[in-house]
Amino acid sequence: MHEFSLVMSMLDLAEKAARADGARRISAVHLEIGALAGVVPEALEFAFEGARVGTMAENARLDVTYLPAIAYCATCQSEFELDNRFGIAVCPSCDTPSADLRQGRELQLAHLEVEE
Amino acid sequence: MSGPTETTAPAATPATDTRGSAPAEPAGSGIAAPAGSGIADPGRVVASATTRDVRVSPHGTAATPGARVVQVQKSLMVHNDGVAAANREAFRHSLVLNVVSSPGSGKTALLERTVRDLNGDLSVAIVVGDLETDNDAERLHAAGAPSVQIVTGTVCHLEAEMVARAVDQLDLGGLDVLVIENVGNLVCPAAWDLGEDLRVTMLSVTEGEDKPLKYPRIFKDADAVVINKIDIAQVVGFDRERALDSVRKVAPGARVFELSARTGEGVGEWIDYLRERRRLKASAMAAAATDAG
Repeated sequence: MHEFSLVMSMLDLAEKAARADGARRISAVHLEIGALAGVVPEALEFAFEGARVGTMAENARLDVTYLPAIAYCATCQSEFELDNRFGIAVCPSCDTPSADLRQGRELQLAHLEVEE
Repeated sequence: MSGPTETTAPAATPATDTRGSAPAEPAGSGIAAPAGSGIADPGRVVASATTRDVRVSPHGTAATPGARVVQVQKSLMVHNDGVAAANREAFRHSLVLNVVSSPGSGKTALLERTVRDLNGDLSVAIVVGDLETDNDAERLHAAGAPSVQIVTGTVCHLEAEMVARAVDQLDLGGLDVLVIENVGNLVCPAAWDLGEDLRVTMLSVTEGEDKPLKYPRIFKDADAVVINKIDIAQVVGFDRERALDSVRKVAPGARVFELSARTGEGVGEWIDYLRERRRLKASAMAAAATDAG
């Protein structure tokens, strides 16, 4: 249930950004989460429901975009999307395993919607 | 390997609950998309605090009437990563390991042996995280290493700040190796950088050969993978080739050690690896100091 820690961090960043913009309420929070970030969507939502109480985001909507895992093949010098959930990165063109993950670990607060 | 049975893990395809396949709205329209329009895969639940499916136009206009968009673009880990960077600076004289595994894989047993085998020519200290009790710190202290217990209460992983507070009790200047034994958990610790040089992920032969496939992130980030309890591998029917294959698939760059912390079999190679990495870090630091001077 590390999602609670993530949500606390998210609310902290969101409130700072909203205040800096002169807003009083946060109406939506948009996250980008990588496919290999180890986040369980239901746990994230559950944590958000609890943690937002008493914050500027008390009535905010939580939007999440999941980003696919992308690795880099040094042989082909090109990126490819992982075709499985297991983190197995094998280049579809040349079958070489890759340890170079370029996308998939993201835990990013992308943007907010705020109101006066 | 049998087919996957879980349906809730994020798949390797983008699932957006805000954009979906609907055409972009012109700026300022502020019209909410119909509920559920962006969710194609019913097997995956996309987090949304309400059932409304709202999107933001490409021009940055808020989908909620009267609201405006504030770009943030910051990692949720930004605070932790900052503390981890400070830890890394404080740890510049020591080789630092972050050891993660399931509960019961033998982290503490391996560290007891590591402390005994390294002590004499290298000084070792341990920071150990558990939800409750200081039993592990007691064991490691008895093995001969200064040990600090972090009792996390309900927190399922260590964070950089907890480690920073814990090492206040240690003399980092004279320390060759610092081992951070994370909370026994293969999911939660993955995202938290503690300021370590090496991430060590352990599994034991009783846990199933496909563990790396079940917990890909924590194995993927591993610099070293330790397979423990090989002394009982035969008794429990451990399929060594299948396990090694799983590790190589998920973590092709990781060094793999097969050992028994209990009998000592295979531990020599692990100890040599730590000595070598410690030596490499010390020379890199010395070279950097010369350059700076």
